[in-house]
Amino acid sequence: MAVVNTATHGDHAHEVHDDHHDNFITKYIFSTDHKMIGKQFLVTGIFWALIGGFLSILFRLQLGFPEMDMSFLRPILGGWITETGELDQNFYLALVTMHGTIMVFFVLTAGLSGTFSNFLIPLQIGARDMASGFMNMLSYWFFFVSGLIMFASLFLEKGPAGGGWVVYPPLSALEQAIPGSGMGMTLWLIAMVFFIASTLLGGINYITTIINMRTKGMTFARLPLTIWSFFLTAVIGLLSFPVLFAAALLLVFDRSFGTSFYLADIYIGGEALPHTGGSPVLYQHLFWFLGHPEVYIVLLPALGITSEVIATNSRKPIFGYKAMIISMLGITILSFVVWAHHMFVSGMNPFLGSVFMFLTLIIAVPSAVKVFNYLTTLWRGNLIFTPAMLFSIGLVSFFISGGLTGIFLGNSAIDIQLHDTYFVVAHFHLVMGSASFFGLMAGVYHWFPKMFGRMMDSKLGYIHFWLTFIGVYMVFFPMHYIGIAGFPRRYYSWTNFDFANMYTDLNMFVSIAAIVTFAAQFIFLFNFFYSMYKGRKAPHNPWRSNTLEWTTPINPGHGNWPGEIPSVYRWPYDYSKPGSAADFIPQTVPLSATPESNLPHEEELVKLEKQIMAEEGQVLVANESNK
Amino acid sequence: MYGFLIVLGLLLLVSVIWMVYRVQTLVSVMKGSEKKIASGSNKVNAAMFMVFLILSFILMAWYSVKEFDNYQLPIASEHGQITDNLFWITMAVTGFIFILTHILLFWFPYKYQYEENKRAAYYPDNNKLEIIWTLVPALVLTVLVISGWRAWKDITSPAPENAHVIELLGYQFAWDIRYAGQDNQLGRHDFRLTNATNSRGVDFTDENALDDFESNRVVIPKGEPVLFRIRARDVLHSVFAPHMRLKMDAVPGMPTRFWFTPTKTTAEMREETGNPEFEYEIACTEVCGSGHFSMRRVIEVVTPEEYQQWLAEQKPFIVQNPDLVANLPADKKKVAEIMIEENK
Repeated sequence: MAVVNTATHGDHAHEVHDDHHDNFITKYIFSTDHKMIGKQFLVTGIFWALIGGFLSILFRLQLGFPEMDMSFLRPILGGWITETGELDQNFYLALVTMHGTIMVFFVLTAGLSGTFSNFLIPLQIGARDMASGFMNMLSYWFFFVSGLIMFASLFLEKGPAGGGWVVYPPLSALEQAIPGSGMGMTLWLIAMVFFIASTLLGGINYITTIINMRTKGMTFARLPLTIWSFFLTAVIGLLSFPVLFAAALLLVFDRSFGTSFYLADIYIGGEALPHTGGSPVLYQHLFWFLGHPEVYIVLLPALGITSEVIATNSRKPIFGYKAMIISMLGITILSFVVWAHHMFVSGMNPFLGSVFMFLTLIIAVPSAVKVFNYLTTLWRGNLIFTPAMLFSIGLVSFFISGGLTGIFLGNSAIDIQLHDTYFVVAHFHLVMGSASFFGLMAGVYHWFPKMFGRMMDSKLGYIHFWLTFIGVYMVFFPMHYIGIAGFPRRYYSWTNFDFANMYTDLNMFVSIAAIVTFAAQFIFLFNFFYSMYKGRKAPHNPWRSNTLEWTTPINPGHGNWPGEIPSVYRWPYDYSKPGSAADFIPQTVPLSATPESNLPHEEELVKLEKQIMAEEGQVLVANESNK
Repeated sequence: MYGFLIVLGLLLLVSVIWMVYRVQTLVSVMKGSEKKIASGSNKVNAAMFMVFLILSFILMAWYSVKEFDNYQLPIASEHGQITDNLFWITMAVTGFIFILTHILLFWFPYKYQYEENKRAAYYPDNNKLEIIWTLVPALVLTVLVISGWRAWKDITSPAPENAHVIELLGYQFAWDIRYAGQDNQLGRHDFRLTNATNSRGVDFTDENALDDFESNRVVIPKGEPVLFRIRARDVLHSVFAPHMRLKMDAVPGMPTRFWFTPTKTTAEMREETGNPEFEYEIACTEVCGSGHFSMRRVIEVVTPEEYQQWLAEQKPFIVQNPDLVANLPADKKKVAEIMIEENK
């Protein structure tokens, strides 16, 4: 190993000693340390997940027990429970809307991407911090402000935005149409503007850091798949979020300044509005130009985390590393050209429907490749079921179940019947909601020791996993039946229709399953906060993993590595390599140190490696003699 | 009092869980199992995957068969037969993949669970396999897409000339129905003309409007093409007729359309389902405000003869509301008056 140390990064060495004095504010609040910012995103994300989950429990009560007297909720919901103990109909829509907004943006975008991109990128590529620590801090605080505004909107007298998380105009533009389109919608739009700014600041940082700050030897072909996924996620976000900003801005104009981008020929509240010439379908195009890539923004990081966790705990290299990267690239590119499959029956030209149907079903191919690669990674492995591993396998299951129903919905002829029914609800809750949530959980269980220097309790983790995994299926699988039967989404009650006046038992079952699943998350919460202070002290490399973050001290300080940043000599998936005594070889071990396990093409690289080391040795000697 | 008891019960439950947790932590420390790479839990988790696989498949199969007649709505349109076939073909293909991949996904963890003396296979890639499982899904999807595309192309093709034209106007929170009348041509509309008596904003200076009439249910003949012309007055709505396998958004400022051919009369369907109160229904599937869930209309499918008879009985708007044409220019008013006269 002595050879390794000759390859130093002398120019970085001066950053190592911790000469700035952290006080509480700079350490925990306005921190520029990527690790602390990652934790801030995580804790804020958990807070929002609880709020979002709680809202869903409220409307599941309404759907599962429509006759129920909800007066007992009055201490929390106040006037939203009517005199007769029923849930207010407008508030029901607000609940659905806020649940979607919070889960998609605040939990699965900020909570997942924000946490793990921040925490892992510098640690896994071998950098001291993000390219711009200050921008990174701003990114969190913009997110925080966005959250404050959205949170405040929950307490408005007329309620928060209520037009569905997609906030289609004209419903979202006209206060006459629904009370939530007044101040609630204004705050929604302001919050989203801050959120978009936060995402862009973060994304620029992630991309810059990954391109410019990889340690010596960390070529793109040696990046862990987590980093690849964060990188592509950030690229997608950077290209698509500005379009949401544009859509929101035009909506603001329509709402407040009398323009007609989205509004035309409207007669409401006894008067004809002056707007003409606009198109609500334009908004849908703009929205889904973000909205569809957004699905991959929440999904790709989860898939990246899963790749890492499955490889580590299978003690096998991820199968088809290159194929995984190519399929993620394919998904990234295709994610921008499939948006209108959300709009097959929006009234747009049916020819467009045909085009988007073809493009949509192409995107199923890289997704299928990823699934097969995960399965092959498990095949003939030596599987260790850490909680993270369980959640990763759960993710693959959801990804399959939810992905396959996408083949129905991507087919415009079949989508006619299924569009905006519970089949869609089942589909996206499995493939993007639950799958990404499981990716988040896998990430937390896997990197908790690195975040807090302690271990989470694995038994509680198992219980948490099984309750959640079975619970999620019990909640969302029955929705397929309800959807095939034609039950529309965002319905306060189905009793008005003969065709949907059934399945009260199934809806009750779903609601109970949802409550149990939600309750199970408190096991996680306990485990998380208790282990943070009282958990077993983490060993140096608890999962015997190859990636760089495990070469830092157990509690890495600002700057991550106390000495030089280690160099990288191999890809991150040398698990169970034939010839090697240990079943893993960290990325920092030079090929020249492992002649017993090198593959033929690696022997070639050994020569190159030795040559470079020799040159560096000379440079070092020269530097020394110059002093 | 109940509240107090519930809180007390919860506290007890939490403390029991807490004790169990502490005990099992201490026991595992004593046994030193935390130091092992994989404890006994590994076997339990591996087995759980198999248990989950088997039990959930049984549950799924049982429920899918038992409930089939409930969730599979009877089909009552020509294109509905085609899209439902596509649906079930896709179900067969994806169902096969679903079961296959899940068997592998849950059986592998059981089969390849950690053993101390075992070593995982170093198997980083295989281009041949990657190519196979890129091409096979691509081919299968191509077949599915092309059949879907052909169906879609037919469904969205222009309506036949002889299609019966019916306008559905969505508003908060109901549908207004307007028939094109004997000329089968809907009169022009302009949202600025909307008022209490003219809720559809029909422009009666257009002669085509004079014989238009309203109805509180959609009556259509079996076996003949019907064209829905769909509009919205205030916000987005969406026409959804589940038995017809029909859905199309209603967009303010942008009229949309959907044509179809019903295949079973309401009476036939009542017989088939054994439900004497069966009605075809229209619902709204685009969130539109507090009453979104209550926008019901009934479609009545009748035989062509009954339809012609019903059609003959209907009176144009202007017969019921002569005020509507009171302010027309003299020449048009004359035509309108003749129309009123004829239909009285």
